[in-house]
Amino acid sequence: MTSLVAISNLCKSFPGVRALHNARLEIAAGEVHAVMGENGAGKSTLMKILAGVYQKDSGEISIDGQAVDITGPRAAQALGIGIIHQELNLMGHLSVAQNIFIGREPLGRLGMFIDTGKMARDTREIFERLHLNLEPYTLVRDLTVARQQMVEIARALSLDSRVLIMDEPTAALNDAEIDDLFRIIGQLKRQGVGIVYISHKMDELKRISDRVTVMRDGQYIGTVPTATTSMDTIIGMMVGRTLLDDERPPASEQGQEIALEVRGLNRGRTIRNVSFSVRKGEILGFAGLMGAGRTEVARAVFGADKKDSGEIRVHGRRVDVRSPADAVKQGIGYLSEDRKHFGLATGMDVQTNIVLATLRRFLSHGFILKPAAMQVAATKLIAQLGIKTTGTQQKVALLSGGNQQKIVIAKWLVRDCEILFFDEPTRGIDVGAKSEIYKLLNALAAQGRAIVMISSELPEVLRLSHRIVVMCEGRITGELAARDATQEKIMRLATQREAPAVAFNAGAAAAAF
Amino acid sequence: MTPNLTIMNVSRVLQGVKTAAFTSNARQKLLAFASLLGLLLFFSMASPSFMQTDNMVGILQATAVNGVLAIACTFVIITSGIDLSVGTLMTFCAVMAGVVLTYWGLPFYLGVLAAIFFGALSGFISGVLIAKLKIPPFIATLGMMLMLKGLSLVITHSKPIYFNDTPEFPLIAQDSLIGYFLPELPIPNAVLILFVLAVVSSLILNKTVLGTYTFALGSNEEAVRLSGVNVDRWKIIVYTLSGAICGIAGLLIASRLNSAQPSLGQGYELDAIAAVVIGGTSLSGGAGTILGTIIGAFIMSVLTNGLRIMSVAQEWQTVVTGLIIIAAVYADILRKPK
Repeated sequence: MTSLVAISNLCKSFPGVRALHNARLEIAAGEVHAVMGENGAGKSTLMKILAGVYQKDSGEISIDGQAVDITGPRAAQALGIGIIHQELNLMGHLSVAQNIFIGREPLGRLGMFIDTGKMARDTREIFERLHLNLEPYTLVRDLTVARQQMVEIARALSLDSRVLIMDEPTAALNDAEIDDLFRIIGQLKRQGVGIVYISHKMDELKRISDRVTVMRDGQYIGTVPTATTSMDTIIGMMVGRTLLDDERPPASEQGQEIALEVRGLNRGRTIRNVSFSVRKGEILGFAGLMGAGRTEVARAVFGADKKDSGEIRVHGRRVDVRSPADAVKQGIGYLSEDRKHFGLATGMDVQTNIVLATLRRFLSHGFILKPAAMQVAATKLIAQLGIKTTGTQQKVALLSGGNQQKIVIAKWLVRDCEILFFDEPTRGIDVGAKSEIYKLLNALAAQGRAIVMISSELPEVLRLSHRIVVMCEGRITGELAARDATQEKIMRLATQREAPAVAFNAGAAAAAF
Repeated sequence: MTPNLTIMNVSRVLQGVKTAAFTSNARQKLLAFASLLGLLLFFSMASPSFMQTDNMVGILQATAVNGVLAIACTFVIITSGIDLSVGTLMTFCAVMAGVVLTYWGLPFYLGVLAAIFFGALSGFISGVLIAKLKIPPFIATLGMMLMLKGLSLVITHSKPIYFNDTPEFPLIAQDSLIGYFLPELPIPNAVLILFVLAVVSSLILNKTVLGTYTFALGSNEEAVRLSGVNVDRWKIIVYTLSGAICGIAGLLIASRLNSAQPSLGQGYELDAIAAVVIGGTSLSGGAGTILGTIIGAFIMSVLTNGLRIMSVAQEWQTVVTGLIIIAAVYADILRKPK
């Protein structure tokens, strides 16, 4: 394999942080090269330098053996480097074709007006090459996230990119969409495009990558072939030690009182006759494929969505939950999967975020805030949860994903919620921080709280849950005790469709994509 | 093969038409247009003098200045910016035309150029403040608004400049080119200029790179930057264009009054922004049309004119205008899927 891009001794500092120190990366034509590392390891910084978003402080980048200087996004494009950012960078109000040709619109008449016809034709040509069924005139905001991502890929390809950087491309995709993405990646590979693939999902990397480069603390750790290296070795390289992943949850405390019981919950076709219960001190895992209705169940129990029917009992007493405010009164908390949108005011400091939902408790005379009391409460929780922050006044936006998640948890702990729903608690969090969140969940359960954990990562469900409920298409298809559960059993239940007709429809929908 | 291709092309064109017709913009325009027709119907039934040619021409005339300013604002608002300086900039441009023509006695065309040039210059400065110095548009143009107002008063010593030495000047707005050809339709040039400007602006917005970037900036500025587009430069260009259009508004108002009134101007920016918003352009950027803006400007002047004809007190006219703005935006929110 000839090396298409070679990066060596790359250094980059931001005020107060050394983001990259002698980073290295080599990408061959026609390979999928995974870059792994915990959050803050410098992966994104390295990619942004390659894509011209940031400028390097020192070091060499060469393409085809020629040293190059990447001065900006446009220079990177000219060198054949395309990037698909983690947060999709599209203009929703513009059409698919306009998005693809932004910055290099073909001009027609008088050299003034955009040749929309040519733009649409060229767009169709790119889609045909990718075997994608997309209309150039559709507005991007009317597309699903998966299709928006395809638009980004098409844009990168229309620039004749020889190197394509993908930063967590599957974060928002369902399984069928991921298959489609992988099909396109395979196709690009055969055309000789070098692909840099950043992801936290180990199983994906096993599936598509040829080599893995691991980074830690801004430094190059090593490059290994994926096929012959075990995941434990790679994780070990990432965290600097080998993880012992054989922890199993202790036996469920059967004698404990039932904290929450849900009976006959229904909501349209998304939730169909769902019943379950969770005891004090128990972690109940909710497994299933994307779209199985797990989040919907949590939201309906929490009162965030209206339910058609169903009964909720807290500590054996029937309660009426019509809004999140009702749920909180009953001691039910819900930690959403999208922390930034629903969970945190990232522009504000740690302390304010922790007490934000319970400000009423920190008032004197009914309306004057007591900062001292707020600080005491915040400091206590920072210590209790092991939140890594410079202090109570640190801006939340500056913390890592794992620490942000802990602040969301802290927020609910201040409210004394006895029943907590965790929706994908470790999404977007690096391996090291994950195990800390796991410890925290175990500790919360040990204190007697009832925990419902929704997760799409099977190893996580298996490792933490005392009991596992599996959902498929809005129904509960089975329940497994921790000691009997295996990934295979869960997957069988998660794909247990109701009738062939449904399966056929789902298949048709996937084909239409 | 050939007939097949033709059928495909036709279906593609139809598809394009379909997507265009069902975008929220189109629906908003339809709603705004229906409201305008409703108002016209209501006032023509309420008062027999409303539909008379003189009154109609009056409404057209009254819309011209606000319409031109609203077009200037439309560009800026689509980028998710705002321009509070359009009203006093209009006056400043009128004053500069007066300086060139009356104070210095230079030829007519230089006065016209001066108004447009100083409009563009002021827009350029606003653009630099916003794009390069990163001053929020609201603050940058608020500052520009006050500076321009002050400068107009300083230059003129707070006294109007009359265009008595330039007999051509009042003709810019008041003469009727259409009237020469169609004597029964004495539509003043100001209205003609408004419509020509609207067509040109619409072409710029929908057919040129500048237009595409105007929408793109309002939709997702960071994405445009990462696409390798020089975001700052295009933002400055948008504000410069908007300023130049304010220069045209300055010519229109000075020509109609045959004088540059330095104390005039403040408050026009709010009428212009109101017209843009009623016309369905989103204050959060990324969406909007010139046609909508023009309809919005007409809704405002029909309302003012109709209420006056119905002898509604001036104070109440203002109250109704405020209500209409809130209702228009609320109607927009209602239609949007949650």
